[in-house]
Amino acid sequence: MTATTKPPSALVALTRNNTFLGFMFLLPAAVFLLCFLTYPLGLGVWLGFTDAKIGRDGVFIGLDNYKALASDSVFWMAVYNTVLYTFIASVLKFGLGLWLALILNENLPFKSFFRAIILLPWVVPTVLSALAFWWIYDAQFSILSWSLIKLGLIDTPINFLGDPNNARASVIAANVWRGIPFVAISLLAGLQTIPQSLHEAASLDGATGWQRFRFITLPMLTPIIAVVMTFSVLFTFTDFQLIYVLTKGGPVNATHLMATLSFQRGIPGGQLGEGAAIAVAMIPFLLASILFSFFGLQRRKWQQGGQD
Amino acid sequence: MASVEFANVRKSFGTHPVIKGVDIEIADGEFVILVGPSGCGKSTLLRMLAGLENISAGEIRIGGQVVNGLAPKERDIAMVFQNYALYPHMTVADNMAFSLTLKGASKAEIDKRVKPAAEILGLTHLLDRFPRQLSGGQRQRVAMGRAIVRDPQVFLFDEPLSNLDAKLRVAMRAEIKELHQRLKTTTVYVTHDQIEAMTMADKIVVMHDGIVEQIGAPLELYDQPANLFVASFIGSPAMNMIKGTLDQDSNLKFKTNNGIELPVAKAPESAKGRALIYGLRPEHMTIAAGGIPAEVVVIEPTGSETQMIMRVGGDLVTGVFHQRINAKPGETVGLSIHAEATYLFDAETGKRLV
Repeated sequence: MTATTKPPSALVALTRNNTFLGFMFLLPAAVFLLCFLTYPLGLGVWLGFTDAKIGRDGVFIGLDNYKALASDSVFWMAVYNTVLYTFIASVLKFGLGLWLALILNENLPFKSFFRAIILLPWVVPTVLSALAFWWIYDAQFSILSWSLIKLGLIDTPINFLGDPNNARASVIAANVWRGIPFVAISLLAGLQTIPQSLHEAASLDGATGWQRFRFITLPMLTPIIAVVMTFSVLFTFTDFQLIYVLTKGGPVNATHLMATLSFQRGIPGGQLGEGAAIAVAMIPFLLASILFSFFGLQRRKWQQGGQD
Repeated sequence: MASVEFANVRKSFGTHPVIKGVDIEIADGEFVILVGPSGCGKSTLLRMLAGLENISAGEIRIGGQVVNGLAPKERDIAMVFQNYALYPHMTVADNMAFSLTLKGASKAEIDKRVKPAAEILGLTHLLDRFPRQLSGGQRQRVAMGRAIVRDPQVFLFDEPLSNLDAKLRVAMRAEIKELHQRLKTTTVYVTHDQIEAMTMADKIVVMHDGIVEQIGAPLELYDQPANLFVASFIGSPAMNMIKGTLDQDSNLKFKTNNGIELPVAKAPESAKGRALIYGLRPEHMTIAAGGIPAEVVVIEPTGSETQMIMRVGGDLVTGVFHQRINAKPGETVGLSIHAEATYLFDAETGKRLV
């Protein structure tokens, strides 16, 4: 053995440094996020402050785009539509999804078959199901109108997508149809984490079916409901495909959502700056929704401390 | 409080029978323990009594009333589950008061019932905690408190101590027994632990494979097991079982298949000439010079007693001795067997003959 041991080289020392190693492991994900999330988001925000048009770089014009939007009735219509669309669709998706989840949690015959079927609207590409709805809502060939006429309930076909309120109801119905599986399957997963013995204990304690739901199922499901509904609200608020295929925002902008209006103005309309400003205007709403989820996701007092 | 009766109760899951005709009578105020190995149907029987499983055939009566068609909440019984089944989103107080809250009891009435129950169980300072913040033993007590507050006809316990550590289990055993002595409510308790059954029960029901093997007081089962299954299940360490036959010449000698002669106090005519099993409890033997030669295999001193596994002929025999023994593995000791405490079982049917 010699008395001199060589000091480790700088490279070896670095690889033994946990902070450096951690940074290196983080780097690929960080680069990915910077390129594909931060850059487009930043670019969008920047464009909102410019008068960029397609084929021409914009110059900074401050809040002019937003000032114009503030007095633009079509924009406010889109805001109203988006809030209405999100609210009604989310409430319906929650109610129907929870109901479906409760049914699927019972011991039904062909349980797994039904559970698989439920997922269908979710796995079909949106554009495809939107096209199907387009035919269902067709002014002349609608199967709904045809059925109702044959049943003798109405005389003339319903103008599903031609009348503003009909059109709003129709796109909401399509969105609910598409969104239910996500809510139902997620809540079903939540229901299955509630131990059977709690229901048994409650029924021995004298609880009726409704009381078991009210005092056991619902409180224990709230953390999952908060997550699921936050996601559901985010998906609904930013919906684009369904509207774009079904109505393209018509009739007379009655079904324009902020996302479709932003695209409409920015790409076919060529007003990149204005389109971006509309998209940026969605951020406060989405932020509110995320805050809601942040508080909803916080561990409740009964979930804290100890293990099960 | 009420009596409980099982009359020819049966249960099948699909075509698979799990309870094959059970008759048990439980007197008012009695502490009865259903004991048996896993899968013997004891928990299913308890759940049938609670109304959580339906009854395929036969009748269950509580206080003389047939409850076959009654929903769990109409049976007026309280159950303590193995995993406690505490409502995690409710405080201890709310957990205990849940049944009263459902009935719409006033706050004053709830207090009047919950406070004394909490006091009995030493839970008063924990009433505002949530189940997650409690230790296993405390959760166990809350589950019992929830049952006590109900003041039911019958208490059911489904392996309530199996999630606790050994020391706590012994403490809770005494606590449950004391509670029963204080409340005198009819109690049906399920466990797979025969020590729990022996120490707590007024009456033990030994179950095996969906049937009742024997019903009796703890020491009755210990002293007069009906068959091989009960004999081997009750008692720890388990009874020694040695195969052989009665000696042709003298009825008071048992000849093992390995050719060793063991003493028998008495033998009925029916035992002659058939394959038998000789039953000997580990504590019914002493070390004595000139006894049956036994080779020490393992020796386990525990302080108060010494356990020894020995080879007698070709058979392994476990013995428990209350004296200190200075034998080493491989040595041979003399074994003196208390002939009057031995059993003879029919090897074919398993029934006890003596």
